[in-house]
Amino acid sequence: MKPDKLLIIAVSTLAFVLLAAPVIVLLVNGVGSRAWEGLPDSSTILSAAILSFASTLAVVCLAALLGTPLAYVLSRYEFKGKRLISLFIELPIVMPPAVAGLALLLTFGRRGAIGSLLADAGIIIPFSILAVILAQFFISAPFYIRSAQVGFSSISAEIEDAARVDGAYGWLMFWYITLPIAWRALVAGMILSWARALGEFGATILFAGNLQGKTQTMPLLVYSVFERDINAAIWTGLILIVLALIALALSQWLARSQDKMA
Amino acid sequence: MRFLAILLSLMAVCFGTAMSSARDHIAGSLTIYAATSLTDVFEAIGAAFVDAHPDVDIFLNFANSATLAAQIAAGAPADLFASANELQMDKLVESGRVDESEVEIFAHNRLTVIVPADNPGDVQTVEDLTMEGLLLVLAAEGTPIRAYTDAMLASYNADYGENFSERVLRNLVSEENNVRQVVARVALGEADAGVVYQSDALGDVADQLITISVDERHNQLASYPIAPLKDTVAPELSIAFIHFVRTDEAQSIMAENGFCWPAILKDVQPSVDRPKPSSAGADDGEEQAFDCEAATSEAG
Repeated sequence: MKPDKLLIIAVSTLAFVLLAAPVIVLLVNGVGSRAWEGLPDSSTILSAAILSFASTLAVVCLAALLGTPLAYVLSRYEFKGKRLISLFIELPIVMPPAVAGLALLLTFGRRGAIGSLLADAGIIIPFSILAVILAQFFISAPFYIRSAQVGFSSISAEIEDAARVDGAYGWLMFWYITLPIAWRALVAGMILSWARALGEFGATILFAGNLQGKTQTMPLLVYSVFERDINAAIWTGLILIVLALIALALSQWLARSQDKMA
Repeated sequence: MRFLAILLSLMAVCFGTAMSSARDHIAGSLTIYAATSLTDVFEAIGAAFVDAHPDVDIFLNFANSATLAAQIAAGAPADLFASANELQMDKLVESGRVDESEVEIFAHNRLTVIVPADNPGDVQTVEDLTMEGLLLVLAAEGTPIRAYTDAMLASYNADYGENFSERVLRNLVSEENNVRQVVARVALGEADAGVVYQSDALGDVADQLITISVDERHNQLASYPIAPLKDTVAPELSIAFIHFVRTDEAQSIMAENGFCWPAILKDVQPSVDRPKPSSAGADDGEEQAFDCEAATSEAG
């Protein structure tokens, strides 16, 4: 074998080990130490799981409801300031989540710019499931919007023009033409944003706080108990990894089949 | 001849100073894992230590003591550990990372209830912590401050009824990772009340907070042990720092920041050559007749 080929293989192997080893070790650890037997307080995990699923479900619905029109506008219309708007929408993807949490707290906190108005009306967002949903939405909705935008953009203008000739306008066009073609990208985006919301940690703990049964989602549970109850942390970690794997595989499969369609 | 004598004596003087400065000279780096509540004092004491020993680099890692103990037990490369309670230090003794005979208590602290400066929950006494709808923030279970807080609330049960502590905990809206995050929540006005160390209510955030004092009979005495790790790469430097923490200079920094020595222990207040006070006062289980605030005001 040529030396440069050897080098490439060696470096690639190193990269793979760095990425895969921690996950594999966690899996082996969980199985090896029989973490499921030493599960002292499964009610904490259960309440965290329920909270995580309820909040992420709300987040995905909210993302689809609010994000779809936005993605459609961004993929169909040209207007001044569009680049700037896109930048703001995608910023949470690369923004440190703790910074996002701080920004949310300063905006929607009891003393925040918007939060103080809500507080006057008797609505206090921090420390509630509403805050969890808001934090997860802020971090994960951009994944959906971006994926939906790509999906809408992949529909060629001719198809919509042809539909228009046949008399399809507005909602009709969207329901019968655009959505059936782009649905894979939308669903892939929903799954991706769901997975991101499920793993959200930094913004949640800063903005929503951390209390079992109220705001303690599964990632917060891992952080809260790893020093006291490593088994519960590993367990929760395993559940999160498996869910993330499924979500990733599904969204990749959907994205591939969307590419074939387009 | 005379010239030679002068030269020789000069050389002797030079060597002598070189030797003696080599003996006193400390250099190297020191990694200290310290409880979050020690943040301000250890930064100040660390700076004073470096002033005295310019060739020393100090690296401070602050987190809740339980996290630090877990990290050290898992092999984190620390030289010194300063905990906010004895339980976490005991864990390291048990796991073999610390030699029990080297553990010494170097400071004490007390609890206080804090509310935002504008007191949105209208909390006037500890009893008010049970008011319905109050947003109470405490540190997470497992942290020293939470253990002291739970003990304090349980002690109040005698005054306010058996389920007083339970009723207070019903108002809990968030469990923070460390005591300074509790302070931040209250200082920001997001929470109506929190329980922290009296030292945490001083400093930069003081004007954003009102403190509500805890009854002497129910307040807890937090004890801070410090010890070098068995496998420290800088054993002499570690000992030197522990000695420094017990000098009057370091102790007055701590007193200014709200740390204290109970009255009953004052006669054995630490100093380099005095015997170590141990945690006798806290362990006796007798009536804890101490007056920590006095130590604060004396220094201030």
